[in-house]
Amino acid sequence: MEILNEVLISNNLITAFVFVGLVVYLSYFFSNHFTGGRFHGSAIAIILGLIFAYSAGLFTDGQKGVADFAILSGVGILGGSMLRDFAIVATAYGANFNDLRSSGKAGVFSLLFGVILSFSFGALVAISFGYDDPRSITTIGAGTVTFVVGPITGSAIGAESEAIALSIAAGLVKSILVMTITPLVARRIGLDNPKSAMVFGGLMGTNSGVAAGLAAVDPKLVPYGAMTATFYTAVGCLLVPSVLFFLVSALY
Amino acid sequence: MVIYGIALLGVCTLLGLFAGELLGSLFGIDANVGGIGIAMFLLMCATSFFKGRFEIGNVSEKGITFWSMIYIPIVVAMAAKQNVVGAIDGGFMALMAGLLVVAVSFIFVPIISNFKRK
Repeated sequence: MEILNEVLISNNLITAFVFVGLVVYLSYFFSNHFTGGRFHGSAIAIILGLIFAYSAGLFTDGQKGVADFAILSGVGILGGSMLRDFAIVATAYGANFNDLRSSGKAGVFSLLFGVILSFSFGALVAISFGYDDPRSITTIGAGTVTFVVGPITGSAIGAESEAIALSIAAGLVKSILVMTITPLVARRIGLDNPKSAMVFGGLMGTNSGVAAGLAAVDPKLVPYGAMTATFYTAVGCLLVPSVLFFLVSALY
Repeated sequence: MVIYGIALLGVCTLLGLFAGELLGSLFGIDANVGGIGIAMFLLMCATSFFKGRFEIGNVSEKGITFWSMIYIPIVVAMAAKQNVVGAIDGGFMALMAGLLVVAVSFIFVPIISNFKRK
């Protein structure tokens, strides 16, 4: 048993392939036999992954989901940003230039609109929960943009660490909700063509949320959503600590 | 050679991420500005614009398509390493903020997508 453990740990990336392969197999089995294929296998796999991550987090008190188990540390590499970015770029192979160009304006608009929309509603929730100093309100609003924008904004404007922690949590909630809800509402919001995928990427912005959400709907749409989402965090980092912070300060 | 496809993908990804970091430091922000988007654009240029002059070849192509097909398993691994406990333990306000923002953003997807047609 100890020898087996050693092999699994020292070959952790290969162990991760096996683990993910099993999860995906189980998910497609569920999908075919219990939902008649109506609920997409990859959507189930992503939700299953999140459930595992939650149980692992309770068990290990760590922050990296199942990757906190030594045996599954390879999942951290496989699901880390390096390979994720590499694979996202690869999905662009076969994407259509004309589709990108013809929805470019809608994409850019959704990007600016999306950052301001998320920030405003995040800030409103902060205000309704009784926060009344502009730094905390701005930081929590920034967290609902993405969990990267939250802490960057918080430290830029000198917010309290409690507000920064909240902003990260709000950003995580957003990214996980986008992962899980997207396949459920995709049809209702018309998420089935390159243009709406670009708008979706621009409105949601969270890289992991958009990546997983579109993967579960239609992998062909991934490059279009990822194209706008890749600018979202940057737009957030530019707008929130400057213009939007001044606006909030002026109002308070 | 399958490695040519992987290497091409690698060059595009690295150049894109590098450009994104440069743009970030240009704006003075600690984030990658559109690196993935630039990389995707480069890959599309490399494989479609120069068609005829630059043929990637069937086998080399598999070096790219493999990575685009392995995308979903990577996303599953990514889901399995999220800090879900952190999100749920963040408290009621964090949950409310996330939920409201996602709900409102979803509503605007069809509205903005259909702007032009009206």
